[in-house]
Amino acid sequence: MASFPRSARWLCLIALIPALGACSDRWGWYVVNPTTSSGWTNLTFLMSGLWYTILLSVTAIAISIVLGLLVALPGLSKNPFLRALNRIYVEIVRAPPILVLILWVYYGLPQAADIEISVFWAGVFALALSDSAFEAEIYRAGIQSIDKGQYEAAQTISLGYVDTMRYVILPQAIRRILPAMGNQFVYMLKMSSLVSVIGMQELTRKANELVTAEYRPLEVYSILVLEYLVLILVVSALVRWFERRLTEGEAR
Amino acid sequence: MPRTDTAPIISLSGVSKLFGTFKALDQVSLDVREGERVVVCGPSGSGKSTLIRCVNRLEKHDAGEISLDGVVLGNTRASAKVIADTVGMVFQQFNLFPHLTVLNNLTLGPVRSRGMTEAEAETLAMKYLERVKIPEQAHKFPRQLSGGQQQRVAIARALCMEPRVMLFDEPTSALDPEMINEVLDVMAELASSGMTMICVTHEMGFARRVADTMVFMDKGQIVETAPPEIFFTNPESARCQDFLQKILPH
Repeated sequence: MASFPRSARWLCLIALIPALGACSDRWGWYVVNPTTSSGWTNLTFLMSGLWYTILLSVTAIAISIVLGLLVALPGLSKNPFLRALNRIYVEIVRAPPILVLILWVYYGLPQAADIEISVFWAGVFALALSDSAFEAEIYRAGIQSIDKGQYEAAQTISLGYVDTMRYVILPQAIRRILPAMGNQFVYMLKMSSLVSVIGMQELTRKANELVTAEYRPLEVYSILVLEYLVLILVVSALVRWFERRLTEGEAR
Repeated sequence: MPRTDTAPIISLSGVSKLFGTFKALDQVSLDVREGERVVVCGPSGSGKSTLIRCVNRLEKHDAGEISLDGVVLGNTRASAKVIADTVGMVFQQFNLFPHLTVLNNLTLGPVRSRGMTEAEAETLAMKYLERVKIPEQAHKFPRQLSGGQQQRVAIARALCMEPRVMLFDEPTSALDPEMINEVLDVMAELASSGMTMICVTHEMGFARRVADTMVFMDKGQIVETAPPEIFFTNPESARCQDFLQKILPH
C-alpha cells in the first residue's frame, strides 16, 4: 500500500500548479470555480463524462482480455495453419491507428454489414478489436515463457489441453504478464478519448464542448488532464494491488 | 520379484527415435514385466531419458513398436487411455506447479482427470504424502520446500494417479547430495511394495539394492541387460566395463 499515499502526494503537487496559475492574470479559473454557480455547473458538466469514459474503457478491456486470449492460443499451436491465422489477425488488426479504426467501425461497418451501431458500441468494438491484437501478443509472450516441464507434468497427470491451460499454464502466465497488461489498460483508458470524435459523451468530448462554449481552453483542458491523471493513478493502484494479491501465496 | 508367467506390461521392439539427424534411440528392444524394477544407466546423451519418455509418449518414437499392457502406442484414444491409466512419471527438475500448494499439486490430476471430488482427492493426497513422509507440508507452496521434499511431492503427485508403472527420469540429479538419500529411500520403499519401475539414474548403490534388471545404454542402443549381481561384477561389453569403472567408487 506504500504506492498510493505517494501518488496522492504527487497529486497534491500537481494540483498546486493551477492554484499558482490562478494568481497570474493569464488564467481565468472562474470558468471552473466551484464557489460560483456557473463555475460549478461547468465543473459538473466536465465530470459528467467520467461515467462513459469508465464504462467504455472497462467494457473494451473486458472484451479484449477474452478476445486476446482466443487470438493468442492458435498462435501457440503446432499447426502452421492456426499459427498463420493468428499472425494474419495480429498484423492486420494492429496496423490501423485506433482513430482510423473508430471511424471505420462507426461510419464504414454499418454500411458494409447493413447494421446499425451506436456510438458506444462502435467505440467499444474499435478499442477492443485494436487492443485484442496487442493483448494476444502479451499472452503469447507470457505463455511461451512457461517452462516446457509444466506441460509435461500436466500431461503425466492426464490433463487435457483445456485443463492444462486453465489450471497450470495460464495462472502462471497471467502473473508474469500482469505488469504488461496493466500498461495496456492505462493505454486503453487514454485511447478512449479518441471516441469523442464520433460524438461519444465521454470526458474529452465534454471538455471540447465546454471549450467551444466558454473559450477557456487552458483551464478546461487542464481539468481534463487532471481527470485522466486521477483515473490512471487509480488503474495503476488497482493493477498493483492485484499483482500483490496474486503473488502473495507463492512468495513467502 | 517380477512375474515371469505373464505377458510384459511394457514391451519395446525395434524402437528408434530421431532428433533431426541425431539418432537418440536406435533399434531398442526391451520387455518389462509387472513388478520388475529396471534401472537404466549409461553416459549422457545415450538415450536413457528418451527411452522412458517414449513409454508415456512425451516423445513420439519414429520407428518400431511400443506396447503398454497389450495396447500398441500411437495417436489413438486407446493409447492415450492406457498411458493415463498405467504410467506415472517423476522428472529430474520435479516440475511441480509453483502456483499451487502441495496439496493442490496432488489433487489436480485426480479431480480434473479422474473425476474425484475435492474431498476424495484430498484424502488420497494425504495418504500419499504420508507415504513420502511429508504430510505436514501439505499447505505449503513448492518453493518453500527443500529440493528433496519437492521431489518427494512429485513422487506423491504421480502416485495419486494410482499408476501401475512408475518412470523416474534422473530423479536425484538436480538434488544437493544430502537430499539424495531421502528420495532414494522413498523410491526403494515403493519398489519393495511391488511397483513396476523404470529408473534412469546414476545412483549405483540404489541400483544394486533395488534393481531386478540393469540396462546399460550407449549411443542410443541397449548394450547390456543383466541382473545386478552379474552386471556389476562381470559385465560383458567393454563399453559397459569402461563406464562402470568411471562411475563406481574405487
